[in-house]
Amino acid sequence: MDRMVLDVAHLLAGGLLLVSFMMLYQDRLPALFNVFALHAFILALSVAWQAYVQAAPHLYVTAGIALVFKAIVIPLALRQIVLRLGIYREIEPVVGIGSTMLAGMGLVALSLALMLRVTAEADALAREDLAFALSVVLLGLLMMVTRRNAVGQVVGFMSLENGLVLAATGAKGMPLVVEISVAFSILIAFIVIGIFLFRIRERFDTVDIQALDRFRGERQ
Amino acid sequence: MSYGVSSSLAAVLLIPIAAAALLALVPGYKLGAGLNLLASFLTLLAALSLFVVERPLPGPYLQVDDLNVVFIALGSFVGFTTSLFSASYIAHELETGKLTSTYLRFYHAMYQLLMFAMNLALASNNIGLMWVAIELATLTTVLMVGIYRTHEALEAAWKYFILGSVGIALALFGTILVYMAARPVVGPGLDAMVWTTLMKHSAAFDPALLNVAFVFLLLGYGTKVGLAPLHAWLPDAHAEGPTPISAVLSGLLLNVALYAVLRFKLLLAGNPGVIAPGPLMVSMGLTSLVFAAFMLYRRRDIKRLFAYSSIEHMGIITFAFGMGGALANFAGLLHMTMHSLTKSAIFFAVGHISQVKGSQKIADIGGLTETHPVLGWVLVVGVMAIAGLPPMGIFMSEFLVVSSTFARMPLLAIPLVLGLLVALGALILRLNGIAFGEPRGSTAPAKASYLPMFAHLGLVLAAGIYLPGPLVAWFRHVAALLG
Repeated sequence: MDRMVLDVAHLLAGGLLLVSFMMLYQDRLPALFNVFALHAFILALSVAWQAYVQAAPHLYVTAGIALVFKAIVIPLALRQIVLRLGIYREIEPVVGIGSTMLAGMGLVALSLALMLRVTAEADALAREDLAFALSVVLLGLLMMVTRRNAVGQVVGFMSLENGLVLAATGAKGMPLVVEISVAFSILIAFIVIGIFLFRIRERFDTVDIQALDRFRGERQ
Repeated sequence: MSYGVSSSLAAVLLIPIAAAALLALVPGYKLGAGLNLLASFLTLLAALSLFVVERPLPGPYLQVDDLNVVFIALGSFVGFTTSLFSASYIAHELETGKLTSTYLRFYHAMYQLLMFAMNLALASNNIGLMWVAIELATLTTVLMVGIYRTHEALEAAWKYFILGSVGIALALFGTILVYMAARPVVGPGLDAMVWTTLMKHSAAFDPALLNVAFVFLLLGYGTKVGLAPLHAWLPDAHAEGPTPISAVLSGLLLNVALYAVLRFKLLLAGNPGVIAPGPLMVSMGLTSLVFAAFMLYRRRDIKRLFAYSSIEHMGIITFAFGMGGALANFAGLLHMTMHSLTKSAIFFAVGHISQVKGSQKIADIGGLTETHPVLGWVLVVGVMAIAGLPPMGIFMSEFLVVSSTFARMPLLAIPLVLGLLVALGALILRLNGIAFGEPRGSTAPAKASYLPMFAHLGLVLAAGIYLPGPLVAWFRHVAALLG
């Protein structure tokens, strides 16, 4: 039983990491949203499993939020925005896909090497979850760096937050404060993003960050 | 009383949040600005009363101790004077049509929400709550930076949002790691996130985990402090938002993030097995100082100029706290106070100047001491103060930082002094063009509120000449707490 508990937890966390990699090479926004929905779905499963294993019913709430909000509502809303803005065709990555994937692998190796070493004392469940979570966080960062498109960066940021939720639920008995805050922050982040995209649409005909970059205040 | 809340503390938190809700509903900018002022004043009174009333025992969420009461009082004071400045600033923005009254309603509500978030972050006794509060503060300022909805403002807000979120995400990861380190010792649940409990048991925590956690926290909250490799959002956010927000960002928000770093440094100090957090902070602080000092030379935008100066000063403060010890901590605290007061006074002046001249470009502003003598001379005095010339308060705190560096780490004094001198040169060079010489730009009279600037600079001057004994004793006591 104990073995299986660990195996399932690792399977789900590893799955999350795999989907993070899948996000790195998506070159169309709708496809990116689908993969993000899958990411959130796996997160929901993983959190639910933690809730079951730790006998912590409040974690089911977090799982439910991940499922309903992140796996369904947000991808649908983003799709609407993208359709309305007419930018569904493609996202130009700043760096090539190949080098991005290589960098991603490097980051995963780094986070495993770091986390497994420093958490040698902690219990196995939390320990490997934390290593996976850090990998997901770093891949989210990588995705934000390699996307020019504002919507792509937002998805990168949300995948990063998924990694944080994985870490927070892996830490046994972490008080509800953080779960509420994470859910809360996603909500706020989404409102902010919505306002931003709306405003950007109002003023520009593009959501491409490079177009924003042209208006650097210092340039004369 | 059981949750560590006295009525003063409750007032410090409840007045801003109630005001935010009220201001969101109140139409008319005059009423809004007046209410904003009133709420800030009441918050200031409540914050000052924290010094005199008896403190409750720290609860699981909130606490007041000798360290955070300094930050809360300073923050409420700058918040109050900024709201005074803001009232006259936004009247002009409304006249020129840069903002509409709907936006002003939003602006005032956000201003009070920001005050609430900052006071909550400072008064929190819980690493999770502190994180939530700092995130809330970030989001409100993002919205305010983007309020003009120009290309530049949107770019600045977007950059700030992205970098700020990344910082805040790293900080959350660090917070989780601290919890993981505390759990085996304190036991699972709320206790393992309460500052006072953590401090008591920190010696028994797993040092390796704490090390990694501190690196994440320093990078995460360091982004918000504006330390060198992570500062990219700061100049844009200062330059493109409304000037009262620049004043609040420099005078308050950077301090709040620094406070979070200091708390975690204290936590590490209690554990014998961890790496020393000091050298990390020293190197980041020094890098920020030297980098920002050189960046000051090429600024063409007046608000950007002073934003880089904020990076420079946050570098000095981080350096001083990183070095540690009674004298350096004292200098760091004093410098933080002086910088908050001076920099916000400068931004008050700069806000009116750029309104009168209709431009933030340094090339469009000239001969201010002739065209607008009061504003011009206030700026001259402010820049003299911020550059660290005697007899202003910053001279004293910088002198203390430099002398304790010479005593403790003489080699580091070389880049420190170099950075200070380079920054001094850059500021004088720019000031010369702005304040003296051929008048450039509009000469229309300015409708400015001078009181906040005079109050701030007067305090800085007074502190430079004579620091009252009780204040010195208090700072000394807090410096000793900081280890």
